[in-house]
Amino acid sequence: MADMQDPIIRIENICKTYPGGVQAVNNVSLNVNRGEFFALLGPSGCGKTTLLRMMAGFEIPTSGTLLIDGQNMADVQPNKRPVNMVFQSYAVFPHMSVAQNVGYGLKIEGRPKKEIAERVQEALDLVKLGHLGGRMPDELSGGQRQRVALARALIKRPSVLLLDEPLSALDAKLREAMQIELVRLQKTVGITFVIVTHDQDEALSMANRIAVMEQGVVKQIAGPAELYESPNCRFVADFIGKINLFDGQAKANGNGKTLVETPVLGKVEFGGDANGPVSLGVRPEKVRVSREKPSGNLLAAQGPVTDIAYYGGYSKVFVDIGAKEPVLADITNAERSMGPGFENGEKLWVSWRAEDTLVLTS
Amino acid sequence: MEHWRKSAGAFWAGFLPPTLWLLAFFFVPLSLIWAFSFGEKSGIIDIDLVWTFENYARALEPLYLGIFAKSLWMATITTFICLLVGFPVAIGIVFAPPKMRMWLLLLVILPFWTNLLIRTYALIAVLRTRGHVNFALEWMWDHANSFLTLIGLGSFSLLGERFEPLQMLYNNTAVVIGLVYVGLPFMVLPLYAALDRLDRSYIEASLDLGAGHIRTFWSVVVPLALPGIASGIVITFIPTLGSFLTPDLLGGPDSQMIANVIERQFKSANHWPFGSALSFLLMYATFFGLAVRALMSRNEQRGIR
Repeated sequence: MADMQDPIIRIENICKTYPGGVQAVNNVSLNVNRGEFFALLGPSGCGKTTLLRMMAGFEIPTSGTLLIDGQNMADVQPNKRPVNMVFQSYAVFPHMSVAQNVGYGLKIEGRPKKEIAERVQEALDLVKLGHLGGRMPDELSGGQRQRVALARALIKRPSVLLLDEPLSALDAKLREAMQIELVRLQKTVGITFVIVTHDQDEALSMANRIAVMEQGVVKQIAGPAELYESPNCRFVADFIGKINLFDGQAKANGNGKTLVETPVLGKVEFGGDANGPVSLGVRPEKVRVSREKPSGNLLAAQGPVTDIAYYGGYSKVFVDIGAKEPVLADITNAERSMGPGFENGEKLWVSWRAEDTLVLTS
Repeated sequence: MEHWRKSAGAFWAGFLPPTLWLLAFFFVPLSLIWAFSFGEKSGIIDIDLVWTFENYARALEPLYLGIFAKSLWMATITTFICLLVGFPVAIGIVFAPPKMRMWLLLLVILPFWTNLLIRTYALIAVLRTRGHVNFALEWMWDHANSFLTLIGLGSFSLLGERFEPLQMLYNNTAVVIGLVYVGLPFMVLPLYAALDRLDRSYIEASLDLGAGHIRTFWSVVVPLALPGIASGIVITFIPTLGSFLTPDLLGGPDSQMIANVIERQFKSANHWPFGSALSFLLMYATFFGLAVRALMSRNEQRGIR
């Protein structure tokens, strides 16, 4: 399992500027630990794919160092690196059968035919395509083609498997199944996986650790729960899941406490010492909705319901308390009844605990 | 919009003129030539249609078969050289920066904008005894000689008494050079189209799996560009096989190709029936080539399936 002392990929101050001046990656440093499932997450154009392609050797960093398994990769060609990649388009060779595709890497290594045949079968069994070795790629579905790409990369027993948006071309149902499958596969083979994705659900459900990127910069690296519950900036808080944000002014009182004043929530005291403009954030599922004024150490405000969206298992209730946007509360429909029991226009209280509130300074 | 089958008026308006054009200026003349090939010369310009196979029998005499074989050989060599030269050119254009690509393609197409006759005469100016290649060689010879004199070896005539210009014109080599020059764009363009369509991630995947660039070229690029290679071969080979201007102007007495013979039958020899028979034999040979290509592409599709 993940050992904090043993990074398999070390990236130190890597920059990539394309001719023409576009800076795709800006001074990124991060470690990927041996055996972990690491995700690079961010909106399109944030530099995550460029970073992955630098690990594979298809892009050359403008500056900085990249070490894989302790070895500097600066002068190592893509075909000599101990990594293999699953391409977004899968890149399954159309002129080779499934078995030939999977065996391609071993054939280049010059392995004996018998060993290739055995290991191809083994790899195909691993991705549950054991019976399709003789097929040509255009006889396969998208999901099967991706499994071929996976088997083709894993058969080389790389130190790190790089996956570039591997699930983006699949439909929703298949994508969910493949997420579980990839995690299972990663545990079975014990190889470090680095996955690039723009889908936060994908990253949260699969990865041990996630690096969130924006405009070529890594904003935060943390485990899924930490990213969700303790984002370090507005961008991460907003990008991962939904969040209600309230602008306010902070003033540290000098003994470890900060007073934050917001127009709609009044003055609230938090730990820490921040000064200047901040945002208070709260996740929708932590917001409670009630007709009566709630009591206790809570942040609370009242306003009319502007919208109710029913999703079966839960409902989204929007309450306008006079902030920039209505407050969103996720209400679990825990009891069998017709909807959440509130109506549009009804005046309701929204409330949440002070310790569920995030104070975001940047 | 209505389906074209339903609006008969619009269909005929679009369909009829080109059909009539083809009928009048392609099908009718071709039929005449076909008929002539079974005819007999009965006067200076008169031809009797006697449905004889005599013209074909004469066309299959060793003399003409030899010229046929030679034409096929020259066209084969030319196509092969075009492929050898054209492939790196096409790869170079595909991998050039996007801004450069348009200009490089323009350079390939540029010769089409100049008359073939003018280009061929220009080639003569380059290749002839007192042409640009020989001038350049002579210049180098002079300088090498001065250098030898300078280091004290001038008196040994190491490079010969005097400069001997290369005889590059009026032989088979000149014809092949000329044919390659004419045929190259026909080879480069389909190759470029095929390589441009090729998804780069196939090349990257091959490199990623441990293959070097040469291995990747042979096991991924070439197989995936095969349809383009086949098209390039066919559309270079066919016009080359039927070319008569280049061998006429650049060739020697022994480098005539079949089209030169055909031309002579229609002009100086004034034997249209025999020329027609030769033309049709050339056409059948071309059809044979196209059939092979069609068969190949069918196997290709079956291979990918």
